[in-house]
Amino acid sequence: MTAKENFFKGFVKENPLFISALGMCPALAITKSIENAIGMGIAVLFVLVFSNLLVSLITMNPKIREKVMPVRIPVYIVLIASLVVIVEMVMEAFLPDLFETLGVFIPLIVVNCIIFGRAEAYAGDHKPLESVVDGAGMALGFTGAIMIISLIREVLGAGSITIWGNIKLDLTFIFDFLGIEPISMFLQPVGAFFTLGFILAAIAAIQNAKKNKTSKEVSK
Amino acid sequence: MAELIAIAFAAFFVENVLLTQFLGICSFIGVGKKRSSSLGMGLAVVVVIILSSVVTWLIYNFVMVPLEIEFMKTIVFILVIAALVQMIEIIIKRFSPSLYKALGIYLPLITTNCAVLGVALTNVKEGYNFSQMIVYATAIPLGYLFVMYIYAIIREKMEFSPIPKAFQGIPIAMVLAAILALIFSRFGGLA
Repeated sequence: MTAKENFFKGFVKENPLFISALGMCPALAITKSIENAIGMGIAVLFVLVFSNLLVSLITMNPKIREKVMPVRIPVYIVLIASLVVIVEMVMEAFLPDLFETLGVFIPLIVVNCIIFGRAEAYAGDHKPLESVVDGAGMALGFTGAIMIISLIREVLGAGSITIWGNIKLDLTFIFDFLGIEPISMFLQPVGAFFTLGFILAAIAAIQNAKKNKTSKEVSK
Repeated sequence: MAELIAIAFAAFFVENVLLTQFLGICSFIGVGKKRSSSLGMGLAVVVVIILSSVVTWLIYNFVMVPLEIEFMKTIVFILVIAALVQMIEIIIKRFSPSLYKALGIYLPLITTNCAVLGVALTNVKEGYNFSQMIVYATAIPLGYLFVMYIYAIIREKMEFSPIPKAFQGIPIAMVLAAILALIFSRFGGLA
């Protein structure tokens, strides 16, 4: 696998949220605006890249690997938790508003299955550079996925697109033109479950269609 | 007393851990397929959340606050929870093999259940005193158990329904959760 394939596999083919259904808690909870999704994505990117790097550095040396492997789960937990504390402190200092909105979901990155899953499934037996590329690709794939969910929820629920702070696109004129109010249901928990459910169904439909196509070609 | 009832009601219905706070969704979607397993997972979560909340609250207020190392709470709490889950597993295995058979397989999954760490962090963030913390930490997992059980009943019935192919599996589970969330969001008007 080339580095490019390794990087892009997290975007579509092995997307952690849409294909592997990992990390659903933050994907449902903080996707009320794109700003939140970007903030969460940056936090996950930092933690995942460094946790993958550190895990692969630890397991690279066969002597250390032998000692670490039986107790790897507590070791990984401490590593990931330390990285999360760094993110927490930096975010609280420089982006206090965002830290307040994301709330408990920043410390909860510790128990996010994506981070642990990549450490266990990839970084444990790959070289540091490959692991970093993999981590960055996966984290950006996750960020993209939660940005899609927030885009749908924010546009339908509030009629706006908040990219960062005051950079905001107001779309309420479309709703005015149609003579309806934005559907505030999409900002509530209901909307989160609905949006993710329908996106996953759309992906399943595409996959099914592709499968049918290939099986028809084979039978021909 | 009225304040404690308000906390319990809010934690059980209004801020339901699964449908409003979105904590523990992985286990909700994964384990909530069968009544028996949802009950086992739910009970295990009740035990672990109550015990871990008490332990982390005590450690935070009597060790970390005097030493001024509150910023370490994420690391300390996750280690405490992981150790506690291991200990509960060993104790249950030793004293009650039948209970271990029922709950045993769910215990290792609980360490990574965000609800446990989430409740421990909320307790200290909201600055609850001991009795408030106990009430909150009991009502939250009971709400989890309640929603999970209802959800499992509906999903068992749904097994025989003609679901469109694309919606089979997780998508329909999400739509079902959305409908439950819609019902629960109305409890907000009562508080």
